[in-house]
Amino acid sequence: MNPDASTVDTVIDAVSSVFMIVGAVMSLGAAIGLLRFPDLMSRMHSATKPQVLGLFLLLAAVGLQLRTWWVWPVLAVAWIFQLLTVPVSAHMVGRAGYRTKHLHKELLSTDELEAVVLKAAEAAKDAEPDGGASDTIDR
Amino acid sequence: MSRKRISLRQELPLLFWLVIVWGALWQDFSPGNLLFGALLAAAVARLFYLPPVELSGRFNVLRAVPFTVMFIGRVVAASFQVFYLAVAQGPKVTNAVVAVPLRSHSDLMVTATGHVISLIPGSLVVEVDRSTSTLYIHGLNVRNADDVLKLRKEVRDTEAGLIRVMGTKEELAALNQEAGA
Repeated sequence: MNPDASTVDTVIDAVSSVFMIVGAVMSLGAAIGLLRFPDLMSRMHSATKPQVLGLFLLLAAVGLQLRTWWVWPVLAVAWIFQLLTVPVSAHMVGRAGYRTKHLHKELLSTDELEAVVLKAAEAAKDAEPDGGASDTIDR
Repeated sequence: MSRKRISLRQELPLLFWLVIVWGALWQDFSPGNLLFGALLAAAVARLFYLPPVELSGRFNVLRAVPFTVMFIGRVVAASFQVFYLAVAQGPKVTNAVVAVPLRSHSDLMVTATGHVISLIPGSLVVEVDRSTSTLYIHGLNVRNADDVLKLRKEVRDTEAGLIRVMGTKEELAALNQEAGA
């Protein structure tokens, strides 16, 4: 009975320490990405992905260490809200960044949005104040 | 402004989710607390009325489980990929903005696809064209035309997976037809 319980404890401790280390490394990866990537949009990649996984692993480690089942729903809700909000913020920042030209065009191998944005801008210029751009491309 | 009212049955998933959040925040899943949460959820849904999320009324659990597992697997892969690119390529990384027309025109499906796409390897939604339901995606480490095709296929596959989980019957039929052809 007793050795069993301590074995389980050891396993839980080992798993949660692995989670914590990998989670911390992922957050480090996000930081390295922010420093090393050349423009705003590629930085958004590192602000979304490793960060979400890092948070997941750290929350899982917290859940394992607290050993009380009722923290799990809170942690799950925290992570789900993270999943829901991170792409939205990345999208808003990316969209604003693209429109305000905070990106290095020379680093893009293809850009299929440029023509569309130009066309929308033309349409907005042609049509009077209301309408135009908001019809073709807006969200 | 009058909005289309939706039936209680359509609103049920939202209310259920609100009750779960309530219980989770109080860390108390006793019946009394859940009942009070349900009352609050109903009141909130009445008072702060948002445009209804039009669910398709279909949810395939058998498809949802493998999709979720695959999704988490790919989030892990994405994180390691971004980590690797940050360390190995850094300032020299080549990107692309790619237009991907989607099959579905429902807002929910476009949103869900955009969310999943933003969290899996090397892609980020930059712009959404709602009228043609086209996503403009920023791909990390997209060097040539082949990579563009691969990225586009990945996005369309993700959408196909989501349609199988919770698309409408019409979308599913169209998808099956496309797969058969």
